[in-house]
Amino acid sequence: MKAGHRVGTRPPQLLLEHAAVPWLLAVALATAGPHAGHLPLWLSLLVGGALLWRAGLWLQGGQLPPRWSLALLVIGAVAGIGWQFHSLLGKDAGVAMLVVFMALKPLEMRSPRDALVIIMLGYFLLLTHYFYSQSIPTGLWLLTAMALLTATLIRLHGGAQPLAAIARYAGLLLLQALPFMLILYLLFPRVAGPLWGLPQDAYAGLSGLSNQMSPGSISNLIQSGAIAFRSQFVGELPEKSELYWRGPVFDAYDGLTWTARPRNTPLPAPVIEAIGSSHAYSSILEAHNQRWLLALDVPTRLPPDSSLAPTLEALAREPLRVRSRFSFTSTLDYRANRSETSEALQQALTLPPKLNPRTRALADEWKSRPPEKIAEAALAMFRNQQFHYTLRPPLLGPDAMDEFLFVARRGFCEHYASAFVFLMRAAGVPARVVAGYQGGEVNPVDGYLTVRQSDAHAWAEIWLAGKGWVRVDPTAAVAPSRIEQGIVAALPAGDPLPTLVRLDAQWMRELRNRWEAANNSWNQWVLGYNPQRQREVLARLGLTDPDWRSMSAWLAVLCGVLLLAVTLWTLPKRRAADPALRAWQRYCAQLGRRGVRRAEWEGPIAFAQRVADVRPELAALTHEAAECYAELRYGRGGGEQLRLLQQCVHRLPPQGR
Amino acid sequence: MRLTECFQRWLFRVARDEQLPIVLSQRRIFIVPTPGGILFAVVLAVMLIGAINYNLSLGHALIFLLAGLGLVAMVHTFHNLYGLRLTPGRAEPTFAGDLAHFPLELENTRRQSRRALEFSFRDQPVVTVDLAAESRATVAIPWATQRRGRVDPGRVTLATRYPLGLLRAWSYPYPPFTCVVYPHPIRTPLPPPSPGAPADHHHGDSGQEDFAGLRPRQISDPTRHIAWKAVARRSDEQVLLVKQFSGGASDELWLDWSLTPVDRGEEDRLSILAGWILAADEQQARYGLRLPGQHIAPSQGNTHRASCLQALALYGESGPPGGY
Repeated sequence: MKAGHRVGTRPPQLLLEHAAVPWLLAVALATAGPHAGHLPLWLSLLVGGALLWRAGLWLQGGQLPPRWSLALLVIGAVAGIGWQFHSLLGKDAGVAMLVVFMALKPLEMRSPRDALVIIMLGYFLLLTHYFYSQSIPTGLWLLTAMALLTATLIRLHGGAQPLAAIARYAGLLLLQALPFMLILYLLFPRVAGPLWGLPQDAYAGLSGLSNQMSPGSISNLIQSGAIAFRSQFVGELPEKSELYWRGPVFDAYDGLTWTARPRNTPLPAPVIEAIGSSHAYSSILEAHNQRWLLALDVPTRLPPDSSLAPTLEALAREPLRVRSRFSFTSTLDYRANRSETSEALQQALTLPPKLNPRTRALADEWKSRPPEKIAEAALAMFRNQQFHYTLRPPLLGPDAMDEFLFVARRGFCEHYASAFVFLMRAAGVPARVVAGYQGGEVNPVDGYLTVRQSDAHAWAEIWLAGKGWVRVDPTAAVAPSRIEQGIVAALPAGDPLPTLVRLDAQWMRELRNRWEAANNSWNQWVLGYNPQRQREVLARLGLTDPDWRSMSAWLAVLCGVLLLAVTLWTLPKRRAADPALRAWQRYCAQLGRRGVRRAEWEGPIAFAQRVADVRPELAALTHEAAECYAELRYGRGGGEQLRLLQQCVHRLPPQGR
Repeated sequence: MRLTECFQRWLFRVARDEQLPIVLSQRRIFIVPTPGGILFAVVLAVMLIGAINYNLSLGHALIFLLAGLGLVAMVHTFHNLYGLRLTPGRAEPTFAGDLAHFPLELENTRRQSRRALEFSFRDQPVVTVDLAAESRATVAIPWATQRRGRVDPGRVTLATRYPLGLLRAWSYPYPPFTCVVYPHPIRTPLPPPSPGAPADHHHGDSGQEDFAGLRPRQISDPTRHIAWKAVARRSDEQVLLVKQFSGGASDELWLDWSLTPVDRGEEDRLSILAGWILAADEQQARYGLRLPGQHIAPSQGNTHRASCLQALALYGESGPPGGY
């Protein structure tokens, strides 16, 4: 223990310490900086400029700018944000405002209170990062940023300390906070959001099939390697060529765009007769902000809170805005709607007038044949004439079908599907376009079938009397490998595809599979931990049918236990006794057994003196031990003396006098 | 008002600590959130609503981590005080109106440092101390004195907000502090070596012959010392001037209560005496102090000065006079 001395005292903190400023600038940079990716450039420049300005003022010890100039800056930035986002409220505009405040606040940072405001703003900004990404790297970034913010708080309240000491303490605090986080995460009663209407742009970033199809809409989607959904089959996986995941069905065409015709009176529920065996599976769908659930064609059993549309696609009650899990049973061989309403059939024959005369003329030639033969003729045309399957089709004019079928002959699944349906309708066969996904790839790491945006597809359905709606995939006629092997095999090498989709090297494929499996667990256990999942997990832990009361009770108990554990852990530990003192006490205890008891107040040399008087035969040894101890205690004794002292204990003669 | 005071007295057990050293036990440490901590809680609540609304799972994680951090900070703030050992020291006497400093020896037996310990007396300035691991240190807690006498500054408020500033833990150790506060000195010219001193055998050669200068007359000055010629020369001024004589080093000076102006209050007269003591000490004169009921024989030096000033400080107070 160091000797008592008068310590330097610090004055109470009315002003922010000069040396604390870089910490707060680091906080501002760490929390606002990563937003640069989705902020307009001018805003990022403003933020960077403001922080650099403040850093310069800190380096030169300059005066902070007057309040009115800051007020002008804030007003200017807010006006800019309003102009850029057309609103000050939505999600993006709100984040932009927070970032601006975070950048400008250090310029009026004078007191510890201002510093506190920056820390709190920092927490808010950390939260806003999760609007844009909740991936594993973002999760790790959360821990790092939290360590920085905690360290800054320690620096603010504890005065100057070595950097390593602050970092270690911040790490310790976070480490002790982690178990609380786990318990709260597991047990805190989850509420299904949203609590109120969300701003319009809340789901702007979600991608997937659109509720209309125009040339280019699917080929744009295909360039993304992002996962659309992942499925796990209970039994055996069906053939890849049978995996048609049904999305929106389009039955109205205006010459350019396919849409689903809105109806005033809903069509009657579909009638499905299953023929083949059924497949049970569950899918984890990425949020795509639409209602369709992309069930395997066609679903016979649906998850709760969903329904089967008259056009056979499974629909959720609300648009899918969070990654969710659904269980289905589907049959791959079926008869659907053998007796279709005349209204639906009429719609499936409607074409915009006048357009595409050559296509109509071709269809007129086929009109006399039975419907199956008409479809065959169209497929044979695609198969036998020089049609090409490519992601880069030429632009088409107003008579798009004519140009595609007779001039360009290059297109993508959406071109083939819409041309086919147009031909069928012109020839008098009820037909419609179906969009969705086709195929998928099994991840060997966790056995999930992964379906990506690049698996997006469009095909056709025709209605045949006695058979109902029958799927016809004209793309299969042009590029059979698309259906059998997937998009990579079907496209010519020069076509643009995301690298993730076009992985050739085995190890890269392996790496991607592992990463995606990890992501899948992350998605299910961390991100997909919703009220329903919470109930499942708690039931597995033995807490059957938990309500918020029992959850809160458990939460309180576990947090209390944990708090106690942390308290005991950090309790001041007893100092390990000085080894020299211990050895000396052992020696004295041994002497005590031999009849010479050392008094509390007796110093080593005085004691040795007394021993020499009382027990002369022990004098020499005791003297040596006392010398060693005195040297250790009061002199410059080191390891050598300690060793000698410890040996003295053993050198004492045996006890039997 | 009375009720809250009673409650506080019961809760905080405001009684002098008799057992030394004072060890801060868990019974004596209190903890509440700071305004910053309340802001933190509000921010967390708002963030939680946001996370629920936007269904941000990682947002939940962030908020729960922060909540955990708040709980852990509570333990750490508490431990920053827990087990600290305090031993009061002796406060140096001081003059009324100056800051008295009460030394408190701190002993930190734990392996971690204790930082940002704030010491203060009630409504008094705060000193902040950092204490290294396994060390001792002495902190001087300031207390603004107002009047003379033997004072008890009351309980110490020992508070800390370390590490995160979200919570404030505090304790009210009440060490048996005491400090003698001398009267605030009023500087007036020294009285002449007193003619009325008993057994004043130096009277004839007490140096009154050595003219040292002129100064304004005080009521206690004998009329024969008035410099009439000088007064006549400066007839525009209302003050009477007296001749001042300096004595030799061996001269004895009696600083007598009865020499102080009778029209001033008791405290002022003590202050004048204190000023004389300081002046006499600065001139290295031998001086004695005569107060109603006690007198201190002429002497000089720091100890003498201290006992004279203490006699003034404790004048009129109950308790054994001059028993220190």
